[in-house]
Amino acid sequence: MIEEKVLRTFTEKLGQVTIRGIEELGYSLALLVESAYWLVFGFHRRQAVKLPSIFEQMMHIGIQALPIVTILAFAIGMMLAIQGIATLKTFGAESQVVLGIALSVTREFSPLIIGILVAGRSGSALAARIGTMQIAQEIDALRVIGISPVRYLVTPAMVAMLIMLPSLTFFADLVALLGGGVYSSLELGMSLQAYADRTIEVLKVDDITQGLYKSLVFAVIITLVSFVNGFSVTAGSEGVGKATTRSVVMSITYIIIADMVFTFVLTH
Amino acid sequence: MTKQTDTQQDAAIEVEDLVTHYGSTKILNHVDMQVQTGEIMVIMGGSGSGKSTLLRYMLGLHKATSGSIKLLGHDITTISAKEMDKLRKNMGVSFQGGALFNSMTVGENVCLPLREHTHLDENTMQIMSRMKLSVVNLGGFEDLMPAQLSGGMIKRAALARAIVMDPKLLFFDEPSAGLDPVAAAELDDLILRIRKALNTTIVVVTHDLDSTFRIADRITVLDKGNILMIGTVDEVRNSDNERIQSLLNREARHVEINADEYLKELTGQKSD
Repeated sequence: MIEEKVLRTFTEKLGQVTIRGIEELGYSLALLVESAYWLVFGFHRRQAVKLPSIFEQMMHIGIQALPIVTILAFAIGMMLAIQGIATLKTFGAESQVVLGIALSVTREFSPLIIGILVAGRSGSALAARIGTMQIAQEIDALRVIGISPVRYLVTPAMVAMLIMLPSLTFFADLVALLGGGVYSSLELGMSLQAYADRTIEVLKVDDITQGLYKSLVFAVIITLVSFVNGFSVTAGSEGVGKATTRSVVMSITYIIIADMVFTFVLTH
Repeated sequence: MTKQTDTQQDAAIEVEDLVTHYGSTKILNHVDMQVQTGEIMVIMGGSGSGKSTLLRYMLGLHKATSGSIKLLGHDITTISAKEMDKLRKNMGVSFQGGALFNSMTVGENVCLPLREHTHLDENTMQIMSRMKLSVVNLGGFEDLMPAQLSGGMIKRAALARAIVMDPKLLFFDEPSAGLDPVAAAELDDLILRIRKALNTTIVVVTHDLDSTFRIADRITVLDKGNILMIGTVDEVRNSDNERIQSLLNREARHVEINADEYLKELTGQKSD
């Protein structure tokens, strides 16, 4: 009797979670299509996407993140150099550390760290902002004024993310390589010039673009997850808190899973 | 010499046989009502009567289960998105909490509909928004942020934003909620003044009786998703309907309890 009840509750719960998941996926895709629609056809509907709001988002998402990105990327570069030199010492192949740093930074670490950082910094801010607007009826106000919330809020954020994430990733590439270079030159007595030459020698354009492509996918994930969670807030300020947490956790999870899938596809 | 009165008034808003659901719960049950051009219609009812829901459907924020809602002759349940955009330029809404955009100044808030829908130059837009702000007695406040305003000022600023495009239809959701009696009375006067100046059709959703009797031409009384009565202030006051009288006299609702239903409720069984 009790087992039956537990089983039933479990099945019901599983069903609810599945339905919510499918609903959210559908809603995300609809948002993606709609924001692209406004970008392309907004002008014809006399509701063009405004450049200033894109720039404003680019400031929040990209420019203001530069200090923290610099610190993180430099530390990651150093960390890879420390780890790489320590490991390669066992084989007496310390000089190969340059190859290791160059490839892991551009292909993996930069896009992933930037993705996680932006999800935590800007994804949460977006979800909280949209959630607060939702409970203050500001979203309704936009709609009754005749402004599509997607055109006004989602599209600018989406475009800003798509521009700033690859830019930040490329910037992080450079800073992380510098970080690795500084440690390597101190530890191995190799000049920074030699390190830079060797890096340029081993790096292929593909390695860098692979990281940039990933960051484009992460940009879409962060934007959609933040907005889906923000728009779905109903239960007051507690709901805003929950939506913010949920959007950060979900964004990071999806980013890491997408990264794994992406890496598998690109290396095969 | 007699002045000819306008006998052939058209309905600015026509709601016909409107049925709406929230999830699987029915909220509005075959609602029919009309609001004439230039009329102030107050929609009244207790909490959960469906009055706010009716407003949200009139604003086109949700899709109805069945029935039609005509605003200025356009059925918004079947209208295209483009037509709806056009229609919205003729509608102004003042939400319960004001719903001013917190990231913009008061002036920018009022300007927003102009900025999005017109091609006026910056100066003209500034002048128009200052004019509307002075209509609601907020002249000189355009550079403040909404967070710096009092509750009454926020509502008046929201009203300025709602009327900046000189709409033909104006909707208010609980205008007096959260205001002291003086501020509420000021807002009522504003509503009357705007109607007089612009001949705007106005729909007000409220449970404030004083305000209702001060501004209403006609009153729609809603109860549990049904229309109890539509009539003038006097007709509603003199109605012998028990529910209306208890609403007017602020009597507590007597909930009739069926013993079997109550037992089911307590034991958590679903009643059908």
